[in-house]
Amino acid sequence: MSDSSTATAARVEARLEGDCLHVAVGGQWRITRNRPAWADVLAARTPARVRLEPAADLAAWDSSLVLFADEARRWCEGHDAYCDLTALPPAVTQLVTQIAGAQVGNVPPPRAAPNLLAWLGGLATDAWRRTHNNTEFVGECALGVLFVLRHPRKFRWRDCLGEMQQCGAKALPIVGLISFLVGVTLAYTGALVLRQVGGDIWLADLIGLAMVREMAAVMTAVVLAGRTGAAFAATLGNMKAGEEIDAFVTLGIRPVVFLVLPRVVALGLMTPLLALYANALGMIGGLVVAKQVLSIQPSAYWVEMLANVSLSDIATGMIKAVAFGLIVGLAGCLRGLQAERSAAGVGRAATSAVVTALLLLVVADAVFAVLFHILGL
Amino acid sequence: MSIEVRNLSKHFGAYTALGNVSLKVDTGRLTALLGPSGSGKTTLLRIIAGLEYPDPSADPEAGRVLFHGEDVSHVAAGKRGVGFVFQHYALFKHMTVSDNIAFGLTVLPRATRPSREQIAARVRELLGLVQLDQLGGRLPDQLSGGQRQRVALARALAVNPKVLLLDEPFGALDAQVRKEMRSWLRRLHEQIHVTTVFVTHDQEEALELADEVVVMNNARIEQVGDPQEVYDRPVSPFVIEFLGNVNRLAAGTGKLRTPGEDVLYVRPHDVDIQRGTSDPHALRARVLHVFSAGSYGRVLLQRADSGEQFEAEIARDRLGDLELKQGEEVNVVFRHVRLFPRGEFTEADVRDGRLSEAPRPGAPPVHGAGEHI
Repeated sequence: MSDSSTATAARVEARLEGDCLHVAVGGQWRITRNRPAWADVLAARTPARVRLEPAADLAAWDSSLVLFADEARRWCEGHDAYCDLTALPPAVTQLVTQIAGAQVGNVPPPRAAPNLLAWLGGLATDAWRRTHNNTEFVGECALGVLFVLRHPRKFRWRDCLGEMQQCGAKALPIVGLISFLVGVTLAYTGALVLRQVGGDIWLADLIGLAMVREMAAVMTAVVLAGRTGAAFAATLGNMKAGEEIDAFVTLGIRPVVFLVLPRVVALGLMTPLLALYANALGMIGGLVVAKQVLSIQPSAYWVEMLANVSLSDIATGMIKAVAFGLIVGLAGCLRGLQAERSAAGVGRAATSAVVTALLLLVVADAVFAVLFHILGL
Repeated sequence: MSIEVRNLSKHFGAYTALGNVSLKVDTGRLTALLGPSGSGKTTLLRIIAGLEYPDPSADPEAGRVLFHGEDVSHVAAGKRGVGFVFQHYALFKHMTVSDNIAFGLTVLPRATRPSREQIAARVRELLGLVQLDQLGGRLPDQLSGGQRQRVALARALAVNPKVLLLDEPFGALDAQVRKEMRSWLRRLHEQIHVTTVFVTHDQEEALELADEVVVMNNARIEQVGDPQEVYDRPVSPFVIEFLGNVNRLAAGTGKLRTPGEDVLYVRPHDVDIQRGTSDPHALRARVLHVFSAGSYGRVLLQRADSGEQFEAEIARDRLGDLELKQGEEVNVVFRHVRLFPRGEFTEADVRDGRLSEAPRPGAPPVHGAGEHI
C-alpha cells in the first residue's frame, strides 16, 4: 500500500501558454501526505489566467486536492487573475465553491499578541457607538415627554395603570419581605456595637435613619431592577424580535411614547410608594429585634426614632426612590429596544437591563450622597 | 403610487446589505423581490417602508426614496402611507382580531380619526375582504397561520395605504395553505389595486404571483422584468439557475461546438429525446435512469462525448411511447438553450445536486463523488 502510494504521489505540472497557466494535477492526493505548494507551482510567475486540469494519471483524491485548488483560487482572487477549475472533477469545484462561500466565523483568532492600537481603537469606536445609541434613546424619551405634555390625551394611562399594578401592587410581598429582613439584619449588626457602649436605645435612630435615607430606596430599586426592569427588557425585546415594534412604527406610533413612557412613569410613581412601605417594614423588623434581643419597649423605640428621623430624611429617601425608579425603567426599556431580533437576544437584553440598572443605581446613589451632603439635607 | 429608489447602499458593519441599488415600481403593480437569503431584498423593503435608512452619501441624489416622484427619504415611516405585513405577522397578542385591524385607525390624531362607528364598519368590511367575518372577537393565538397572515394584511390595509409591502408573506405557512394564499392574494390585488411589493425566496411564488420580478443577488439587482421575460431571457447565469431547474453543460466540447468556451444552460423541459435518427450532428446520450412517477417523467442522461450528466423532463405519454431502456443510447435535441461565457461561479453552482435552497455559509460540506475524508 505505502509503496504504491509513494510511487504515485501528488504531482503537479505547470506550463505557461500565453498568459494562461495550465496546471495539470496527477497522482494520488492524500491529506496525510505532503501536497505541492501553490507558491512553488507558480514559481514567481504571474499569469492572468490559471486553469487547473486533471492529468491522465489522476488517481484517488481527497481534501488535499480541494485545499490545493482553493489555494489557487485565493491566489487568483488576490491577484485579479481568472481561475478556471471547471476541468477538475465536479465534486472538487463544488467543494471549492463551498469553501469560498463559507464564512470564516469559527476560526479562532490568531494567537499573536493583539495590536494595542487596534484594541484601543476598537474599544473607542464601540464606546462611541454605545454612547450614540444611549444618547439617542434618552433624547427620544425627552422628545416623547414633550410630545405627551403637549398632547396629554396621547399618554397611555390604561397601559400605565396596568404596569403600576404589575410593578407596584404585585411587588408588595417581595419588597415587604426584603425590607423586613434588612431591618432585622441592621438591628442585629447595630446591636453588636451599641451594646458595647450601652447605647441600646440608639438602635431606633440607626435603623430609622438607615432605612429612610438609604436602604428602603436602594433595596426597593434593586428588587424592581430584577423583577420589573428585566421584565420590561424581555417584553420589549420580544416585541422587537416579533417585529411588533416595527409594526407600531409603520402605523405611525412612536414606540417611546406608546411603550416606554407608560412603563417608566409607572415605575417612577410606584417606586417611592414602595419605598415608603419598605420604610415601615424595615422599622418593624428593627423593632421586633429590639424587643426580643435588647428588651427595648416598642414605645421607647418609637419615641426615640421620632426624635431623630425628620421629614427631610424621608424626603431625601423619596427623591432617591423616584430617581431610582426612572433609572430602572429607562434601563429596562433601553435594553429591550436595543435587543437583537432573536430569542437569545431577548435573554441577553434582560440580563443586560439588570446589570445596567444596578450599575446606574449605585452611581446615582453616590451622586445623591454627595449632593445631599453639600445641600446639608 | 409609484415607488422609486435611487442608488441605495446599506452596510451593517463590514457586511454589505445593498450595493448601489436603483429600482422603479409602477403604480398598481404587484412586484416581487426575489433572491436567496442574504441578497438584500428585505433590507430594500424596509428602507422603502422607512424602517431602515440607507447609508448617508456625499451625492445628494443617491440614497433617495421617492413615492410618486415625491422625496420621502426623510419622512417618518408612519407618515409615508405604507402598509407593511411582517414575516411573522407581528400581531398585537393582547388585542382581539378586530382591535388589531382597527389599531391603525384608533391611534390617528383626533382631527383625522374616523368616528367609532366608521371604524367598526371599516373593520367589518376588512374582515369580509380577508374572509374572516366570524373571527373578529378572537385573539391572535386562537388563529391558524393563514388566518393570522390575513389579519396582518387587513391591519395593513385598514389605514388605506398607498403602498403595500409584504415581507416573505407566505414564508411561515405550509405548502398547501401557501398555494391557496397565493391565488387569494392575486385576486385581492386585482380587487384593490394598491402598488404592492413583496419579498420572497420562492421563485415559483414570484413567477406565479407578480406582474414584475426583481431578481436580487449579493446586495445587487440582477434583472428586472415580467415573469416571462426573466424566465425566458435571463441575463446572467445566476438568474437562470435561481429560477428553476436547469442543466449546465460545457459547450465548446464534443458535439456542442461554440466559438468560445461557454456554458450551455438548458431547462429539463426543453430537452427532447429522439431515437432512431442517424443525424451525425445530433448529440448522443446514454440513458442512466428513468423516473416515471410524478406528473411528468424525468430521465437522467449522460452525454456520450463528455460524460456530463443532465436531466430531461418528458410528458408521461411520450415517455411511454419512447420505451427507454437503461443504458441505451439516444439522440438528444435541445429546444431552447442559453449560453453564458464560462466565468465566475454563481451561488447556484453549489447546488449541483439541485438542492432546493443554496447551502448557508458555514454549512457542512456536501460530500459528492470522489473520495473524501
